[in-house]
Amino acid sequence: MPRIGVFICHCGENIGATVDAAAVAKAAGELPGVVHAVDYKYMCSDPGQNLIKEAIREKKLTGVVVGACSPRMHEPTFRRACAEAGLNAFLCEMANLREHCSWVHEKLPETTEKAIDLVRVMVEKVKRNRPLFPINVPITKTALVLGGGIAGIQAALDIANAGHPVVLVEREASIGGHMAQLSETFPTLDCSQCILTPRMVEVAQHPNIRLYTYSELESLEGFIGNFKAVIRKKARGIDEATCTGCGACIQKCPTKKIPSEFNAHLGHRTAIYVPFPQAVPNKPVIDRAHCTYYRTGKCKLCERVCPTKALRYDQEDLLVEVAVGAVVVATGYEVKGTDFFPEYGYGRYKDVITGLQFERLASASGPTLGAIRRPSDGQVPETVVFIACAGSRDPAKGLHYCSKICCMYTAKHAMLYKHKVHHGRPYVFYMDIRAGGKMYEEFVRRAIEEDQVSYIRGRVSRIYEKNGKLIVKGVDTLLNSRPVEIAADLVVLATAMVPQPDAEALAQKMKISYDGDRFLNEAHPKLRPVEMNTAGIFVAGACQAPKDIPETVAQASGAASKVIGLFSKDELSREPVVAVVNRTAPPLFSTCVGCFLCETACPYQAIEREEIKDRNGNVLKTVARVNQGVCQGCGTCVALCRSKSIDLQGFTNEQVFAELVAL
Amino acid sequence: MEFAVSAFEPKLVAFVCNWCTYAGADLTGTSRIKYAPNVRLIRLPCTGRIDFMLLLQAFGKGADGVIVSGCHPGDCHYTAGNFHARRRWTLFRRLLDFVGVDLRRVHFAWVSAAEGAKWAELVNDVKTKIQALGPYDAFPKRLDGRPQPAEVA
Amino acid sequence: MKLGYFPGCSLESSAREYNESLQAVAPLLDLELCEVPDWNCCGATAAHSLNHKLALALPARTLALAERAGFDELLVPCSACYSRLAATRRDLLANEALRQEITSIIELDYVGSTKVVSVVDVLGRAAPTIRAKASVPFLRKVACYYGCYLTRPASLTTCARPEDPQEMEAIVASAGATPLDWAFKIDCCGAALSVSRTATVAELAGRIVADAAERGAEALVVACPLCHTNLDLRRPAIERHRGVSYALPVLYITQLVGLALGLSERALGLHRHHVPVRFAPGAAAPAAAPKEN
Repeated sequence: MPRIGVFICHCGENIGATVDAAAVAKAAGELPGVVHAVDYKYMCSDPGQNLIKEAIREKKLTGVVVGACSPRMHEPTFRRACAEAGLNAFLCEMANLREHCSWVHEKLPETTEKAIDLVRVMVEKVKRNRPLFPINVPITKTALVLGGGIAGIQAALDIANAGHPVVLVEREASIGGHMAQLSETFPTLDCSQCILTPRMVEVAQHPNIRLYTYSELESLEGFIGNFKAVIRKKARGIDEATCTGCGACIQKCPTKKIPSEFNAHLGHRTAIYVPFPQAVPNKPVIDRAHCTYYRTGKCKLCERVCPTKALRYDQEDLLVEVAVGAVVVATGYEVKGTDFFPEYGYGRYKDVITGLQFERLASASGPTLGAIRRPSDGQVPETVVFIACAGSRDPAKGLHYCSKICCMYTAKHAMLYKHKVHHGRPYVFYMDIRAGGKMYEEFVRRAIEEDQVSYIRGRVSRIYEKNGKLIVKGVDTLLNSRPVEIAADLVVLATAMVPQPDAEALAQKMKISYDGDRFLNEAHPKLRPVEMNTAGIFVAGACQAPKDIPETVAQASGAASKVIGLFSKDELSREPVVAVVNRTAPPLFSTCVGCFLCETACPYQAIEREEIKDRNGNVLKTVARVNQGVCQGCGTCVALCRSKSIDLQGFTNEQVFAELVAL
Repeated sequence: MEFAVSAFEPKLVAFVCNWCTYAGADLTGTSRIKYAPNVRLIRLPCTGRIDFMLLLQAFGKGADGVIVSGCHPGDCHYTAGNFHARRRWTLFRRLLDFVGVDLRRVHFAWVSAAEGAKWAELVNDVKTKIQALGPYDAFPKRLDGRPQPAEVA
Repeated sequence: MKLGYFPGCSLESSAREYNESLQAVAPLLDLELCEVPDWNCCGATAAHSLNHKLALALPARTLALAERAGFDELLVPCSACYSRLAATRRDLLANEALRQEITSIIELDYVGSTKVVSVVDVLGRAAPTIRAKASVPFLRKVACYYGCYLTRPASLTTCARPEDPQEMEAIVASAGATPLDWAFKIDCCGAALSVSRTATVAELAGRIVADAAERGAEALVVACPLCHTNLDLRRPAIERHRGVSYALPVLYITQLVGLALGLSERALGLHRHHVPVRFAPGAAAPAAAPKEN
């Protein structure tokens, strides 16, 4: 038999002024199963809580209903009080007599009647409550960081410096990412590599960081605190332990005309290569698609010149399994190629280049050693047109969003060009100038005023080649909307920032959500900006949305601090409001019929498949099982379940139907 | 606010999610905005949790009108629960119609945790509409003598 | 295949040869053109810049008549007419209240079952037939000129690449021609300013003719009566303006296809052009020098 105690709070005048609390308590006392019902001025005060504790002990209560304020206010208070008196905290429920009754209705008999109704409903619910216990999940205190650009580097260093092991996975042969490709950074014009390379070295030398370059995530399973990641370490073709990075192989490699990815295809590399001289680790890889040996079976020149005999032509991909407790996704971005723009020549014109290519032209380590020379004939361009918003903010192209960094880097490009070619004429076509950021607006003004970059507010409709010039046709919408034609030597498109081509595949592999543009979705756009919806997975950098270096670094440190916070505990404790699939005696085992509708409905991938086997190991049936570490307790699965086999603790079908019957 | 003394005071049941509408109704309270006392809230974690058997049960137990309210699309605390609820509703609508539920008595709404005033308006509005429709005893009568949803569940 | 046909005003007057060539080519491509009875002006330019409802009512009436006649598709050769009819169909389908208002004005119902197609749409679908039946391949370099309305606004047309369309190129290639990559294929020719501001037309159309000629085109190919007027009839003004004369004929795409299919110059109305349709002796003389010319 249930023994329920009901405690009605006056909340001073807040409830008492419109609801007759004594009458509510009296009516509650007459409800079946209620053995104790009192009212009190301030139930949340110490004496009020003591009333509850004493009643639990003296009347041996099996459930408590507190008719007071919103459970969102004081449910933790009263549940704690119950627990202190030896009653399971989850056997305490609250009826919201203040926010939902006394504060919103007049002092009328109906209002007290409603209060009685609300208490009765909760009494019926609490009769069906079961003791629940917080769920404890152990935590593996190792972090996996995906992506070795500035975001991943920052996150890895922050976590490692806090004393936790980090596994950093980078798909290219070196860490550094796009930031390593940049010439100088806005708004300070400091050299990108100069500020980045010390961090790269720090990563390589950090005792807490295990670095996997030329590697990719193969699979990720598990849940917060307990992930199992498999990393594919692609075959480099060399033994990293033996290789000293002397570079003799690279110098002798006969295949020299491969477009260099690092130089955005403006320069060349060899078949055995390091992406750039400052690479970390400074160990080459063999590009098997281009290597003469792999293509023809003959050559092995690199092996002959290698002083340490480090070449391993028959090396195979290696799968490495690591146990981690948290993951930071920092896989970065890519820029749209010029072939995306039919009206700008669809990639046909060699001198229509992307912003990233211009970075390489302007970089001291680039193919022109920092001289601005156009790709077609190596001439110094006298007139350069920069087109901002090339693809961005253009719904007709399918990219409706702002790439955020282009206004700034376009101003920087025009400035760098002017600094290197003093007599040059830079033009910038723009829609708006978005220079929100510390010293950003000042930077753009400097480009316009000091370096005399001609800013033209308008779009470019077409580029065509005529007599060796690129004719850029556009409009100046500020000067009475005049059409403008500029005969340029070089055109730089501030092409849109897009996610990595395989961003979607990676997100699906990790079961994390992404938006229509394939950027990863943070858990809350304002309040949980570095967490993914899947607990234990965090996000940093441009894989979440276009952002510049300062923002990326801030987000990476934010993600790292979340990971460090998670790792500050040995176990994860959480509310037991989770779904459960029922279990019954053999031969049924569970009423679950294994349709797995719940699996498709679950936003958290908390539904697992469990095989029920007999003693001989034969599978009798496959039923759903809820991973309590992952389940967040929304209950969508419960509403969908055809056989009513899955239920939500704290909001069971039995409880909710009882509430309705009591109305 | 005054309420017309009417012969018929409808009984309204509201299924609300904990994170948006329940909190929104709390805000109505802290803002001291008055509304009709006819509504009884059933608090659930998410509108995705709302089994349509609950709606049938509510009507079976004499509710004259039902409100289902959760987070605005895209704001769900659990990412997508409200989308599930909405999609399920479009499917179940016809079924409810088929089993004889008067669909004018089911009201769907999005009320966020910041929309205290909207909650009061919603309740008053639904109350007026249901008053115009009159008591809903047709449905419980049809259920007489048949197993009730709670027993089935 | 049976198609509703709305020639529009130009094809009855200044662009008779567009109508003639289309009518001549259609049966060879198994197309039966059924003129919509009692059609009216689409209201281009004059109506749609002055009166929104009139701009919808005029095309709507023709659409309604076509629908009543039971056509699935209505072929509209003029680009301006095509744009007006397609826009009207889209607007009426998107707004039920507007649809009811307009249908009550025209006293005819229109539910949108008749779709609007252009000559380029229809010839594009017939490209395999053209390729198969091209007895006299048109082995010349041509510049395909789309103008404004055929591909834009992008939301209205079926064009996959509105800023760099390829549909006409595919058609002329099926007739044996070599389409050139050039700079002005979607630039404005000056359109309706042809009558009021010929100097502007001379500049705009002049750039088009000049670029095509400079890139070695032997003919300009168009699919719009107004473009044709500006590039062909206004040629003297262009030549005066630029101080250069251009021996660059302007063909309707139907004429080019007709030539490849072996039709005579007269049947295709080539004699009506202002710029003589003559080609330098080359790989193939057009229409194999038909006798009746």
